[in-house]
Amino acid sequence: MKDNQKGMTLIVKTTTRILFGLIFVYGVFIVLDGHHAPGGGFAGGLIIALSFIQLLLAFGRGPVLEKLNINRSLYLSAIGIIIFLVSMSLVLLGSGFALRLIPLCDIAVALMVSAGIFAIFLALILSSELKEEK
Amino acid sequence: MELHIILLFMIFGAIVAVETKDLISSVIALSAVGLGLSLAFLILKAPNLAITQLVVEILCVIILIRGTINKDLPLVRDGRWLFNTIATFLFIVCFLMFAFFALKELPNFGEPLMRVSQGYIADGLAKSGVANLVTAITLNFRGYDALAEAAVLFAGIIGVLTVTRKTGKNHER
Repeated sequence: MKDNQKGMTLIVKTTTRILFGLIFVYGVFIVLDGHHAPGGGFAGGLIIALSFIQLLLAFGRGPVLEKLNINRSLYLSAIGIIIFLVSMSLVLLGSGFALRLIPLCDIAVALMVSAGIFAIFLALILSSELKEEK
Repeated sequence: MELHIILLFMIFGAIVAVETKDLISSVIALSAVGLGLSLAFLILKAPNLAITQLVVEILCVIILIRGTINKDLPLVRDGRWLFNTIATFLFIVCFLMFAFFALKELPNFGEPLMRVSQGYIADGLAKSGVANLVTAITLNFRGYDALAEAAVLFAGIIGVLTVTRKTGKNHER
């Protein structure tokens, strides 16, 4: 099979090319705007993960796995939770200046959730595809 | 009034999701239930929860459709139907009885007690210094809750990756 025939049809691929950046930026906006408006780390992180999942479903797993495989997304998730633990404990123990770290907590939660959910999705997809190949 | 219509719609969708035999139809009915829940959150003026519910619902539908698109479900329909029916009715009667006693103690629907949250609403913004009250509550007043929640979520992620990994102890033998 040729490389450009993997994944879904041309219509889906073109739509995904246009929409991927929009959905990704919208997720980042939800994360950063959670300080003032509805939204926040969890929802924004899930939207970012959904944009990557759309890319994976449309183009097949090859091009996405080159950029972001399971190990790399697990590292990102671990970095996210370490930042969250440090900044959250600073917020809880301190006062005054430490309250300005709350947006950092949101960003860390978003990093953890998006990378972790994407890793779970990759793991489920890969294990089910490996079973079908056998 | 709209809330009751949405609740009835959700109950109907849940019954369809349980009773239908086609797996894809079941997943679609389940997503309709999730959409109804998101609308209910919007009507109850909780946009934060509505956004999260909607996004989680989309993710679940994608994973479920991806998982069930090539499979069908073997249904076991013979055997101890009399015992099953009696046990189900007993459990339903027990549940309804306990629910009747427990629900009598609750405050009325739509009239919460507001014992703790009154203080949050009154001077939460001034105390926490955050512009959004929901963020102030989740990440400051209930910070330990958020901390443990993130830890549990990360443990869940690692658990799923451990269960579905390719190389393991069996591989080395």
